[in-house]
Amino acid sequence: MSNTQASNGAHARIYVVVFVALLALTIVTVSLSYLHLSVFPSVLLALIVASIKGYLVSNYFMHLISERRLIYAILVLTGIFFLSLIFLPLSHFHDRVG
Amino acid sequence: MQIPYTVAERPDTGVFNAKLGIWLFLASEVMLFGALFSSYILLRTGALAWPHGYTILNVPLATLNTVVLITSSITMVMSWVALRNRDFGKYRKYIGGTVLLGFVFLIIKAIEYGAKFEHHLYPSENTFLAIYFTLTGLHGLHVIGGMIVNAYFWGPGSKMWVTDPERFTNRIEVAGLYWHFVDLVWIFLFPVLYLL
Repeated sequence: MSNTQASNGAHARIYVVVFVALLALTIVTVSLSYLHLSVFPSVLLALIVASIKGYLVSNYFMHLISERRLIYAILVLTGIFFLSLIFLPLSHFHDRVG
Repeated sequence: MQIPYTVAERPDTGVFNAKLGIWLFLASEVMLFGALFSSYILLRTGALAWPHGYTILNVPLATLNTVVLITSSITMVMSWVALRNRDFGKYRKYIGGTVLLGFVFLIIKAIEYGAKFEHHLYPSENTFLAIYFTLTGLHGLHVIGGMIVNAYFWGPGSKMWVTDPERFTNRIEVAGLYWHFVDLVWIFLFPVLYLL
């Protein structure tokens, strides 16, 4: 077996571990919804679990864990604009409540 | 004329051109779905009452769809690993499995939509259903797009494996990045729409 094949084999094992973790976290997500928590903790917990799953998919399946600096720069810029979009309606909510 | 940097990394970017292209495309996709998630937040925080998704939608079917999409993500990445191992037969099985799982996802989604329509629950019924159908419909279109690309690489597009295997492997990596993004969007859509 060549070094490349051995390295690919190691990658494949990591992908299987990530797959199992994603399935387990899906069970966690659904189980949390049966606790019928109030809005804030249920949103917070659901987003935390979804973010962990997103981290696993983007870092391992999409190889972001070992990507070039330019790709990170693109994603940081995207992240800033994305968060602006998400927090824009929240500021409206606070205005309304205040 | 030979297209440059389809395999080798460009010295100034550090990546091959298609990879830079797909990440820029995915950045635009983040903004597209971001705008809709933002609309969802605005609608929900501005509404006097908002139903819990699980009282209207079918959580077991959506959970099954989550498992289907996660499974399709691992078959996708395994198809790329198979090409890196120079195992074309295994690649065909994995990429074919990815297309099939995409099809299963759409069938389950169609069953869900059908059940809603049977009960006369259309996007015009209320704001929740309007944003539900918009978000899941757009996501479904992305699944169809990914399936078309993957089916092409399973069939006629796979001829490139004989003539230019390195470039073909890069193509599958790029197709995979798109497919995993579609999975990533669903990972957030599922709790937001069905469980909260």
